[in-house]
Amino acid sequence: MTYNLAVSPDFKPDLLSGWFIFNTWLQHQLDTGIHFEIHQGFDEQLEAIDADKVDIIYANPYDISRLVRDKGFIPVAKPHAKPDEAIVVTAAEGGINVIPDLDVSATIAKTHARDVDNIGMILLEPADITPQSAQTLECDTYICVAKALINGKADVGFMLTEAFNELSPLVAKQLKPLVSSQIQLIHHAILLGPQLAEHHDALAAFLTDMHNTEKGKKILDDLGISHWEPMDKEEAEFMIDLMDTLAPKE
Amino acid sequence: MQDMQIDDIVGDYEEINQSLSDGSSRKVLVTQQETDFPAGCLVVSQTDINGTITAANESFVTMSGYSLDEIIGSPHALLRHPDMPAAAFADLWQTLQAGNKWYGYVKNLRKDGGFYWVYATAIPNIREGVVQGYTSVRREPSKTKIEECKKLYREMLN
Ligand SMILES: Cc1cc2nc3c(=O)[nH]c(=O)nc-3n(C[C@H](O)[C@H](O)[C@H](O)COP(=O)(O)O)c2cc1C
Repeated sequence: MTYNLAVSPDFKPDLLSGWFIFNTWLQHQLDTGIHFEIHQGFDEQLEAIDADKVDIIYANPYDISRLVRDKGFIPVAKPHAKPDEAIVVTAAEGGINVIPDLDVSATIAKTHARDVDNIGMILLEPADITPQSAQTLECDTYICVAKALINGKADVGFMLTEAFNELSPLVAKQLKPLVSSQIQLIHHAILLGPQLAEHHDALAAFLTDMHNTEKGKKILDDLGISHWEPMDKEEAEFMIDLMDTLAPKE
Repeated sequence: MQDMQIDDIVGDYEEINQSLSDGSSRKVLVTQQETDFPAGCLVVSQTDINGTITAANESFVTMSGYSLDEIIGSPHALLRHPDMPAAAFADLWQTLQAGNKWYGYVKNLRKDGGFYWVYATAIPNIREGVVQGYTSVRREPSKTKIEECKKLYREMLN
């Protein structure tokens, strides 16, 4: 039996090889076949989740909600001190300097990362912008958001702050951050599908000890993670409640 | 709940005896000093079913002026400002207890006697069909909405 590992498609392309090596490490630890399935965008990953084609996942906070509540996934570990924050960005030369400069019908470039999306909308509230008043430009990836801003196709864009910080200097210098969230409590996590529940304790032990081995430490360094911390069901529930609270008014 | 302490207050203050919905009262010390919401700050807290705070984030500490130790285990009315009409909180509790999401503008009281306006969302935390507590997120409000609210709340208090 081969299982599928998926990684939330918000990491920078340079990390791809790091996740491949992580997958190899994971197969050794669990002594089972695992295929690293690369999803090109958030939509493609959501489809795979819906079709039960994901067994192990490094998921973003919004997907964690769905996976834990609807699909019975079990939280295993979270990266130490790596909270997910959202950033609202505009074109460097676009003439928008603060959130209140925006019109209520501003065009927003965004991906389908619903956590980043929901926090981004909250950051626009001081300008009286609502999901109903704004125009949106849907993008597959954060790079596509950046391009939409640079090409003047949108007034502002939403990105994961970490993804913004990882943009190449060439792209970054054509953009200007307006505001970044400080929520501190939401983060990505590794989850295990219910069909793999028997491996939970072993995997949690392997992951939380990973940084103590030379090989494990190297893999983590390449992924920009210092070490894994255990994550229990209650912490996932807390994050899910928080995601619900952040969802836009219907 | 403990009265506010003069030593904590920054600037000129007014002393007000605040009656709470459980019949108790608390001496609050109120200044006219407004603290602006730092851009991007999201203030998060979670309470048990009685409104006692069980979790809060760093932004909560910054905005309220209380330490995390003082916050955890306190009733959420710790932040109750005398300019807030009781009816606003009655609405919050009614909405949450009916299992719905509540939205509203709230003027909160800081430990130092100052205040800050927020736009808040609160939801019931439901586990296996049972409400176990509540989660709330507050953030920078729209200035136009705050002006409308100031008027409305003044009328509600009179
Ligand atoms: C999740 C949640 C968040 C709350 N947040 C606040 C708040 O920020 N400020 C506040 O004055 N009351 C807040 N309350 C309401 C208080 O529990 C309380 O009802 C209110 O301060 C009025 O005090 P009283 O009910 O003791 O009269 C919150 C309640 C809940 C359940």
